[in-house]
Amino acid sequence: MAVSTKDGLKVWQRRDRNKQLSIWAGYFVAITIFMVCWQYMSGKTIWMFVWDAPRQGVDIVSRMVPPKWEYANVIWGTVWDTINIATLGTIMAIILAVPTAFCAARNTTPSVRFVRPIALFIIVSSRSINSLIWALILVAILGPGMFAGVIAIGLRSIGFCAKLLYEAIEEIDPGQVEAVEATGASGIQTLAYGIVPQILPAFAGISVFRWDINIRESTVLGYVGAGGIGIHLSGSIDNLAWTQVSVILIVIIATVVISEWVSAKVRHAII
Amino acid sequence: MLRLDSLSKQYKTGDLALTNISLEIPNGQVMALIGPSGAGKSTLIRCINRLVEPTSGAVYLNDLELSSLNQSNLRKARRRMGMIFQEYALVERLTVMENVLSGRLWYVGFWRSYFRKFPQSDIDEAFRLLERVGLDHMCDKRADELSGGQRQRVGICRALIQDPELLLVDEPTASLDPKTSRQIMRLICELCAERKLSAIINIHDVMLAQMFAQRIVGLQLGEIVYDGPPNGMTPAVLTQIYGEEDWEKTIENVDDDDVLDDEEILTNDA
Repeated sequence: MAVSTKDGLKVWQRRDRNKQLSIWAGYFVAITIFMVCWQYMSGKTIWMFVWDAPRQGVDIVSRMVPPKWEYANVIWGTVWDTINIATLGTIMAIILAVPTAFCAARNTTPSVRFVRPIALFIIVSSRSINSLIWALILVAILGPGMFAGVIAIGLRSIGFCAKLLYEAIEEIDPGQVEAVEATGASGIQTLAYGIVPQILPAFAGISVFRWDINIRESTVLGYVGAGGIGIHLSGSIDNLAWTQVSVILIVIIATVVISEWVSAKVRHAII
Repeated sequence: MLRLDSLSKQYKTGDLALTNISLEIPNGQVMALIGPSGAGKSTLIRCINRLVEPTSGAVYLNDLELSSLNQSNLRKARRRMGMIFQEYALVERLTVMENVLSGRLWYVGFWRSYFRKFPQSDIDEAFRLLERVGLDHMCDKRADELSGGQRQRVGICRALIQDPELLLVDEPTASLDPKTSRQIMRLICELCAERKLSAIINIHDVMLAQMFAQRIVGLQLGEIVYDGPPNGMTPAVLTQIYGEEDWEKTIENVDDDDVLDDEEILTNDA
């Protein structure tokens, strides 16, 4: 905000001159960087392939239809596996994320100096590694199969659930907690009466949201041998069996739509 | 009896909220604590049950010194002091009954409270209190479905079911309309009389303080500048507490407010 005097009148502008100029300079630099990068990428692109893209796209789609519907009978088992991987992984993540979240939230952590950094480290390391990479590592350690997939999904989800949950804990109304404390309640009673009711809707929302994401993530775990429908997807693409690929994609989309519908219902019921 | 002995509170920011407050509140006395915003009224009552830790000084509830208690003894002492809040501070997503019963948390173990298995005697008392404040038909409603006045009544029940010796009341009427404010203040004072409780009521409505309290303490910048009966509130005293303003009207209105009027409000309420 800048106020200057001009002919005896007070003139108000949002920013003073120097601030305005530095903002323009910022825009200038950002656009320049963008354009330089664009030019570099454009130089490295083989444009012949790109111009060819529509024809290639049409070609693949034409090979995908009609879907080979009888193939669906082969993959039902792995669809069920995929859902189980997502569900069990989410349950595991929630069980581990709840204590982590309480340790990470500034207002409930036992120690801001010692416990909180550990909880935050757990959250960051879990979040920064993609579930496919977790699966890759775990297949090497645990051997291929669903179990590795469940653990991979679980490890990836702890950070997500704990982060959103601890943010919800930090945003609670301290007045309600204070009132429960003032009755002479113990620490754990205060938690159960003052804090838990306040974060329950967030907790339910986070859990079903993560379950929803995990169904999508677990569809690719089969690529690295961690169980689920991904194994058929990679096999069909490798064999150029495009009519099977289209069946798999349709089944995945249907599963995701159903899971989204379920999670919307659950969220609605709890909030 | 509650006794404060040169109680002081300095916040980490360096603000001195209370300086050397010494007060004595005999059993059964309803005392109003008035003063401008930021005078330290809320800090004072929170220093008593140590929701805010006092920097120095001592608080005696009968003969028990509160400011040096360990956590478990502090909880035991908090049980003896019911607190009522400005924004009601009910747990919004719990039912009225659960909110009232939460006043019994000190008495029951964790698992019993977690599974809501309160003793029948507690539930009887909860119904008695809810009936007393006219809300027994609401016990299964969630707290966030209630109106302001109803919420404050639930807050009063929660404080009373603790079976306290003292009520700490923080701006009970600040979020309520004038009529509900009077009803709530009357209810608090009647219940104090019925149960021979003493009470400290923070309030910034001078008229209400004069109408309902037996004693008024004026706080200004963390120090007591007035301590006396309600009819001792002269314009000079109000100026000392709040600063320069035309106080004549305020005093006059209180004189006009005759007792009959109050009775009428009470019967309308029922």
